[in-house]
Amino acid sequence: MMKDPFGGMLLNIAFRLLVPFSLVYAVYVLILGESSPGGGFQAGVVMGFGIILARLILGEDAKIFNVRIGTSLVLAGCGTFIYALAGWLTLVGGGKFLDYSFLPVSMEATHELHALGILMIETGVTICVMMTILNIMDAVVRRSED
Amino acid sequence: MSLALHSPVFIVLLPLTASLLCLAFSRIHRKLGSWLVQLAIFGSLLCSLDTMRQVLAEGTKSVHYWMGNWAPPIGIEFVVDPLNTAVLCMITFLAFVISFYSKPFLENEDWLHYGGYYTLYGLLTVGLCGMTVTGDVFNMYVYLEIMSLSGYGLIALGGHKSMLAAFRYLLVGTIGASLYLIGVGYLYAMTGSLNMADISVRIQPFVHTPLFAFVVACFLIAFGIKMALFPLHGWQPDSYTYSHPGAAGFISGCMSKVPAYAMLRYFFYVFGIHNTVMEALMNVLGIMGICGILIGSVMALAQYDFRRMLAYSSVAQLGYIAVGMAMGNIYGFIGAVLHLINHAFMKSSLFLVVGGIAYRFGEVNLYRLGGLNKKMPVSSIATVLAVLSMIGIPPTCGFFSKWYLMLGAFEGQQYIFIAVLVVSSLLNAVYYVRIVEQMFVQREASLTEIHDPVTKLGMPLSMVIPIGVTGLAILLLGIYSSSLVTNIVEVGLPEVLLK
Repeated sequence: MMKDPFGGMLLNIAFRLLVPFSLVYAVYVLILGESSPGGGFQAGVVMGFGIILARLILGEDAKIFNVRIGTSLVLAGCGTFIYALAGWLTLVGGGKFLDYSFLPVSMEATHELHALGILMIETGVTICVMMTILNIMDAVVRRSED
Repeated sequence: MSLALHSPVFIVLLPLTASLLCLAFSRIHRKLGSWLVQLAIFGSLLCSLDTMRQVLAEGTKSVHYWMGNWAPPIGIEFVVDPLNTAVLCMITFLAFVISFYSKPFLENEDWLHYGGYYTLYGLLTVGLCGMTVTGDVFNMYVYLEIMSLSGYGLIALGGHKSMLAAFRYLLVGTIGASLYLIGVGYLYAMTGSLNMADISVRIQPFVHTPLFAFVVACFLIAFGIKMALFPLHGWQPDSYTYSHPGAAGFISGCMSKVPAYAMLRYFFYVFGIHNTVMEALMNVLGIMGICGILIGSVMALAQYDFRRMLAYSSVAQLGYIAVGMAMGNIYGFIGAVLHLINHAFMKSSLFLVVGGIAYRFGEVNLYRLGGLNKKMPVSSIATVLAVLSMIGIPPTCGFFSKWYLMLGAFEGQQYIFIAVLVVSSLLNAVYYVRIVEQMFVQREASLTEIHDPVTKLGMPLSMVIPIGVTGLAILLLGIYSSSLVTNIVEVGLPEVLLK
């Protein structure tokens, strides 16, 4: 948590535009990553950027964005678990590990199942990358404020 | 589709999933995450045993598992053959046993540290198992990094000087991993494949090119750093000495053996040893091994910190494995594999003993262990077994691996290896017997107890049982050594040695 936020009138107004934009853009990058440049890592970074921006400017007032260090670690683990879960689901569906054709979801075409599987692992990667970035920031901030 | 079909992937997947969820579970209850990781490692052990059953069944030489059902060489595959199934069982068994041992050290930690420790521990198991089971060269890099990163974390958790030791290992280890990656890159440029079995065929036209020599040198240095082969062992004594005492047994036992196994896999199964480059490399490896054995032993002799002595002894023991590989014949190979497995148990056992002493008395000076046989009977017996094995006295397992190494040296008429083995065994006797002498003969040292003995055996049961089990394993591995060799190691001999 930043004790000395460096917001001002200008920044306080400007970031209100930037943060929602970056969050939405991150989701766009995540979903489009399956068929164009982008994907989980980039989406995670953009999303992490939005949250870090809010925290830098608002400090303790950033409320929901001030994820505690323990919570962000837990969420990073859970994010990667979503990746592993995609593999587990394909095993449950009777296929091999990460064989998306066997995802236990009813879809008409195999390529749709593949897209779904890839989206699932990319979502996991996004959460993991975002939380890891927050974690690194927390560690750095904590050290500088000690 | 039966469950047994998936056991190769479960070996890695179970601990991986458990480690990822460990912190979330620890949040609910401090110890829940650790139980989950332990359960997963136990599952991984069962799957390793199951793959061993499958591999050793009549008519099967290896079990293949294709990730996402992509056929190799395009897809990533896990391959289990007689050699790595033995290593897998060793890793998962030690991981499971030592996971209990760590608990008393973490008693006063909060959920984040308790869960964090077991997350790293589970990930270390994942990295080690993954490196062993994978049949893909780039996939091995990923597991190498998982292993190293979790290893850095566990070493840094030790407190005191551990941060510096971990950072030093991080710098050196990163160079090693980068060299491995460069090697993989050039290998891919030469062969256009990342699958080990595929590379072993496609590499043959290139074995006389300078690029191949460069790749092989990269791999030698990369795995040499990771297995602490002389003169690349600089990071190792500090890391082993200051690592988290709960995990030191596992780190010292397995973290240097798996890179040694990887080296064995590449040199004998992928590159083949009958070409000029590899023959020259084997000579280099032999010299590194000999120097490691002698210098490691002499340095161990000079230490008074028990852990540091064990660390230098590891440098010497890894030298044995290198020498076994360098002989390039069947006996040398068997000796190297056998020593790889045996030494993991011996060194784990000794590190568990010293961890126990440090836990109860806060003492690691090996000249202050007088009268320990009365205070810690199980530890003392385990020490005796491990020491006998280190020196190489039957029926403990250390004798048999040295015996095969001797046979290999005789067959290859490399008498210098025999001389070195004999000298080093004598040095081993000198520096290990003094511990036994301290424990059993010297009068009682005045030690202050920082933890209550809890049980009559001198430590909490969760520490005594792992020490007893690893001690017993040393004896059993020795007694059943011949069946280990005939049923497992000889079945999986590389084809280059059989020609």
